[in-house]
Amino acid sequence: MSKIAATPQVESAVRRRIAQPPARASERLFQLALMAGIAIALIFLVTLLIQVAVRGIPGLSLSFLTDLPSSDPGKAGVGPALVGTLWMLAGVTLVAFPLGVATAVYLEEYARDTRLTRLIRTNIQNLAGVPSIVYGLLGLAFFVRFLGAFTGGRSIIAGALTLSLLVLPVIVIASVEALRAVPNSMRDASYGLGATRWETTRRQVLPAALPGIFTGVILSLSRAIGETAPLITIGALTFVNFFPASPTDSFTVLPIQAFNWISQPQAEFHDISASAIVVLLVLLLSMNTIAILLRRRFEKRW
Amino acid sequence: MNDVNVSLGGLAGYRSGPTAGPEIDEAVFTIEDLSFWYGGFRALRDITMRIPARTITALIGPSGCGKSTFLRTLNRMNDLIPGVSLSGTVRYHDLDLYGDEVDPVEVRHRIGMVFQKPNPFPKTVYENVAYGPRIHRMASGKGELDDIVEQSLRRAALWDEVFDKLDQSALALSGGQQQRLCIARAIAVGPDVILMDEPASALDPIATLRIEELMYELKETYTIVIVTHNMQQAARVSELTAFFTVDVTEDSQRTGVLVEYDETGRIFTRPSQQRTEDYVSGRFG
Amino acid sequence: MTTPARADGYLRVAPRRRRTERITRGILFAAALLSIGVTFAIVLSLADGARSFFSKIPLIEYLTGTEWYPQFEPADFGVLPLISGTLLVAAIAIAVAVPIGLATAIYLSEYASDRLRTPLKSALEVLVGIPTVVYGFFALTFITPTIIRRLFDSAGTFNALAAGIVVGILTVPIVASVSEDSMRAVPRSLREAAYGLGSRRMTVALRVVFPAAISGILASVILAVARAIGETMAVTIAAGQLPQLTANPLEPIETMTAFMVNVSLGDTPVGSIEYRALFAVGATLFLITLGLTMISNAVVRRFRQQYE
Repeated sequence: MSKIAATPQVESAVRRRIAQPPARASERLFQLALMAGIAIALIFLVTLLIQVAVRGIPGLSLSFLTDLPSSDPGKAGVGPALVGTLWMLAGVTLVAFPLGVATAVYLEEYARDTRLTRLIRTNIQNLAGVPSIVYGLLGLAFFVRFLGAFTGGRSIIAGALTLSLLVLPVIVIASVEALRAVPNSMRDASYGLGATRWETTRRQVLPAALPGIFTGVILSLSRAIGETAPLITIGALTFVNFFPASPTDSFTVLPIQAFNWISQPQAEFHDISASAIVVLLVLLLSMNTIAILLRRRFEKRW
Repeated sequence: MNDVNVSLGGLAGYRSGPTAGPEIDEAVFTIEDLSFWYGGFRALRDITMRIPARTITALIGPSGCGKSTFLRTLNRMNDLIPGVSLSGTVRYHDLDLYGDEVDPVEVRHRIGMVFQKPNPFPKTVYENVAYGPRIHRMASGKGELDDIVEQSLRRAALWDEVFDKLDQSALALSGGQQQRLCIARAIAVGPDVILMDEPASALDPIATLRIEELMYELKETYTIVIVTHNMQQAARVSELTAFFTVDVTEDSQRTGVLVEYDETGRIFTRPSQQRTEDYVSGRFG
Repeated sequence: MTTPARADGYLRVAPRRRRTERITRGILFAAALLSIGVTFAIVLSLADGARSFFSKIPLIEYLTGTEWYPQFEPADFGVLPLISGTLLVAAIAIAVAVPIGLATAIYLSEYASDRLRTPLKSALEVLVGIPTVVYGFFALTFITPTIIRRLFDSAGTFNALAAGIVVGILTVPIVASVSEDSMRAVPRSLREAAYGLGSRRMTVALRVVFPAAISGILASVILAVARAIGETMAVTIAAGQLPQLTANPLEPIETMTAFMVNVSLGDTPVGSIEYRALFAVGATLFLITLGLTMISNAVVRRFRQQYE
């Protein structure tokens, strides 16, 4: 080759050549196979969302959101189910959020490395892997029957408590990660000024870890409102034609309503099942968007 | 400031003795036969020294000789690490610092600390300085708190640079300013002693100089103990210097020991121990 | 203001601060103990219900019987059809999840540019976030009619294959993210050594990174199996309610989890034999998934030492 003058054109020509080594056929095939695998999953996801949207969106209307279910698919709505889902959202936030964060704070800020601490940690990891329907059995035996006098049996309280126990490990794990991300230099500075452990945790560590904790909580809540099996097991009804008004009332939730309708043989019920699913997905999408926005807002400040 | 340590006529009450250290009248810390372990590893052995009030005492020595560990025993910061133990006594004025009745939290109220890497809280400048007085309930109203913050920032020679930025993030300050902020923060709780662990090692030379000037002002009011890697810095600012080094035992354990403790001038010009001489003359370490 | 304080006898913290510290420590400790309480409560509920079941039905009949008809007279309580249904769905799910999950993991860890990585990982998160009812809906209303019945005329409306496919897809993120974490943890130096000897990316991925990360990959597969076994709604909607011992994926079956849902849906009086069966099957399910989780943890611990 002739001598290489330092002109941009020649330089970029050299650069281009280095960046693209000749690819062997087997390497190309392998990469294609990998991408094909991923593509299958992505196509599945897209098809699912499109199919649900196509079948479900036409049935959406304001009356669909507020009507009671009925044996006529044309008149049925998700009103009580939506209200039930909102009750669950509130209940789980009230119970699981403080309990989960408190457990995480204990594990990361207070606990010494003893056998008991390690047991607690392992236990939480194991609880995260227990199938959700088993939590339903726990709820049935404990909250519905054993504590029936206080909870009102197959009630909103029982449902919210069951779901809280279900998402508790997830909140703990997410909060522990968030607390670990706070640098130790901050704790040192606070202790060095003569602060107690709780003062340091409350005034410095927790505020700094809050974005991560919030994200974890919202993700857990998303999981909770999509859960069907544990609530069926504790006796959430599939046909609810009233709006639950007190925590001891029986109730249903969006996914159970969708399940009820898909279990009917008629295609019209399948259509409104899709509509209920769309409502549920929109709710989930909003929650996750809020989570992302909240996290960005908190992280930007400092 | 540079050659104050060579002529010691102005510092009454200091008499040098053999390696046990200079004799001093008003001792803030009296340390006797202190040994310190991290689990099974002995980091310090049989340290004995007395640290006088309202002076700057420098701790020098090669890496890993336990200077920082020793500094942290003076305000019980090591308590935060699991599995540590010690023997011997550390007395603060007349009080056994590790006695059963003593709460480490209150210890750190009286004996403050500034760290190697500036670590302001991710809050405003004001909030950083106000944090300590708040938790110790030192002010009964916003007015008093404002006063404390202003006085601390003035004493840390930072007020003129931040008085109009009190509501801005402390992380927006330069490295040198952040470190002076940390000093102001430590001053705000009204300590008796300020411990400094290599306070200028993360800063540029100009910021370092300002910190050293600040230390010189602060010693009028506070007792300062500073760990430093920089021998010139120790020679510049301190009145007393303690030289630590590592002893390697038969089972290859590296333990920190106090070799010599004396007036700074003497340590750097006429040390009485060969190891000290080797270190300060740059022959090793 | 800042007159240096003198030591006044003893350095004690103001009693109120000390009390606050003690109380908060107690509260936080109690919260942490609660998690152990939850495990106790689960074990207790399952054990109690199972005990009341096995006081009526001998364990041998439960474990070896091949017919499961709790509502019939006389009732049959052999759990094998439920287990076989569960395993059939799980097997199909794994056959789907492992290749796709590993392909995703290898691509993310060895090939993907940073720009591709974020959307891909977001797509995985979406897969996880979709409630399983939706997967069941999709299996019943799309996969079965559009795909399965077009290919196989004999397939029923409810069949294990459709359920297995969707459970597989929803398990892909588990395989993908755990395996990817494991692969990314393989030190760069190992890869660079291979590249330095003139290997291509495929070789490095398959012969260097993959074996080095094998403990994490195995663990991810075991976790995926546990997830597939515990999956409830997708199989309840799409796989059927017919407990039978079969290996034909085109047939309807009933999984353990589907049985539990169907019992709960019905008007099962408390204390009836079906109610007790609910807990017995639940206990069986719990033991299987717990065992798998513990095996997965052990695999990670054991193999990791060898690699390092």
